[in-house]
Amino acid sequence: MPLLDVTDLRVHFHTRSGVFRAVDGVSFSLERGETLGLVGESGSGKSVSCYALMGLLPTPPARIESGTAVFDGTDLLRAPASAVRALRGKRIAMIFQDPMTSLNPYLRIGEQIVEPLLIHESLPRRAALQRAESMLAAVGIPDPARRLRQYPHEFSGGMRQRVMIAMALITKPELLIADEPTTALDVTVQAQILDLIKSMQRELGMAVIFVTHDLAVVSGLCDRVQVMYAGRIVETAGTRTLFGAARHPYTRELQRSIPALQSKGAALYTIPGLPPDLSKPLPGCAFAPRCEFATGACTATAAELRPVAAHHAHACTRAQRGEI
Amino acid sequence: MSDPILELRQVQTHFATPAGLVRAVDGVSLTLARGEVLGLVGESGCGKSTLARTILQLVPTTGGSVVLAGRTLTGAPAGEIRAARRDLQMVFQDPYASLNPRMTVFDTLAEPLLVHAVCPRAEVPVRVAELMQLVGLAPRFARKYPHEFSGGQRQRIAIARALALQPKLIVADEPVSALDVSIQAQILNLLSDLVRRMDLSLIFIAHDLSVVKHISDRIAVMYLGKIVELGPAADVIERPAHPYTRALISAIPTPDPARERSRPRVILAGDPPSPLDPPAGCPFHPRCAYVQERCRAAVPALAPAGPRRTAACVRLGEI
Repeated sequence: MPLLDVTDLRVHFHTRSGVFRAVDGVSFSLERGETLGLVGESGSGKSVSCYALMGLLPTPPARIESGTAVFDGTDLLRAPASAVRALRGKRIAMIFQDPMTSLNPYLRIGEQIVEPLLIHESLPRRAALQRAESMLAAVGIPDPARRLRQYPHEFSGGMRQRVMIAMALITKPELLIADEPTTALDVTVQAQILDLIKSMQRELGMAVIFVTHDLAVVSGLCDRVQVMYAGRIVETAGTRTLFGAARHPYTRELQRSIPALQSKGAALYTIPGLPPDLSKPLPGCAFAPRCEFATGACTATAAELRPVAAHHAHACTRAQRGEI
Repeated sequence: MSDPILELRQVQTHFATPAGLVRAVDGVSLTLARGEVLGLVGESGCGKSTLARTILQLVPTTGGSVVLAGRTLTGAPAGEIRAARRDLQMVFQDPYASLNPRMTVFDTLAEPLLVHAVCPRAEVPVRVAELMQLVGLAPRFARKYPHEFSGGQRQRIAIARALALQPKLIVADEPVSALDVSIQAQILNLLSDLVRRMDLSLIFIAHDLSVVKHISDRIAVMYLGKIVELGPAADVIERPAHPYTRALISAIPTPDPARERSRPRVILAGDPPSPLDPPAGCPFHPRCAYVQERCRAAVPALAPAGPRRTAACVRLGEI
């Protein structure tokens, strides 16, 4: 049985300018200890999916229209608040893009790191602070005893992200959701944080959902990668397959447009057109208007995610039929 | 180099803070040719943004001189600096913060035209429409506000504003860092294209070498207020001379799972040292894999490291 099983998740935002289908029928599952990359551009629904799992979406305007997200027998979307609270911050933890806005500037780091232990494990403060100190050391923060008494502004960006990771992992969660944790960091610090997540994952055996807009970041970290576009999953495959033998035209275009992969001199490749307006109905494939292979049928009939090989599925009807 | 657009001679920008003197820019010398694109890279806190602000004279310079097209800006009266800004424009990292949310695209682009009296008032709408077309925005969006645009489109508006006065030099401070990877290429293409078409010079600042390699003729690598390596872009990326440049290149993740899992990587430990208390000798020595006793003795000067290349490392020939 998978650790997490998401089925037909739909999250819509009800605003004055219309209903935006931010997540539009997303299904996936995650095994224990597995690392899943969730990749897509701004507005593809990757973060909203994660926020929905954690119950962190503001409702209204957001509304979960359908779906289940079963974590070890509990449906996170329907279970009573108390049952979800018992899981969140204990067995499921999350880290965010901006460690400055997700730490409380008025509280010492130590107070913030021990909070999950006081709440979930009812540990005495002294014991909790000791755990916090060894956790700070484990995430590579020198002089942890002194650092526990400092405030967030006394830490650099990379060090703050380490604090966030320490706080998330102190209860030894089974699932870590990481929402663009390195996007705001220098490349050198990004490399340190990616290594840290990798080694902590090995040590604790936890599953990780790693959300990013940068395909290059997931290549060294993830077992499996799932590409999202306009609120839907368009392709999912093992990391090597996704980078070596992607079938969906959007995945291929996304790879072509990475500046690092392109040689100097010529103009950089960019995907023509813009992502669709999610408040308008999209009966067919959402990528069809930008796709060089699209036919009339692509915009008219629904594109469904179908398995094409073991652990490889995509939602391009033409590739499924073997036409491209 | 004859008739350069920009010359920096031993530029210093130091800030006196309650905690001590911060040497944010500490003796930078550079010459930028007309039409040249210089990539300026380094980690947060290395002084690259302060150097950009120093070039524009947005912060007081504490030493050295900044010469734009033959005019010395350092120490010049405020009126002269304001006049020089027609030739010298900046594009900032965050297009959400650098555009006034209460001004339409039209107002944003018309403002510099009116302030500097570039054209008669009646011609302003035509010029604004031209500017929008130049950066790939449809002029029919002129009455919209910044929040109605995506991040990439907002950066286009910021670029159009910088172009309004037909400057000779643009300093772009991390213009694509806040954008999705797929949008970065669009903005990079736009900037390269504008440099060619408008005979511009460009200083392009980034923390990621893979982003600057496409657009730059030369690359300068900064560390703790100093340039540690300078050379033609392809040479610096393919055969980095300074150990710090090597570490920066090694940190870039590659979209190739097999290579990513097997390649040897230099992961720099910790953060750059505090500019309040720089280490003695080479500023990079506490994090350097090739450190020797003599690295702690004196600050290495920039020395020739190949054709048109310089680097500040005492072990250049050995590593």
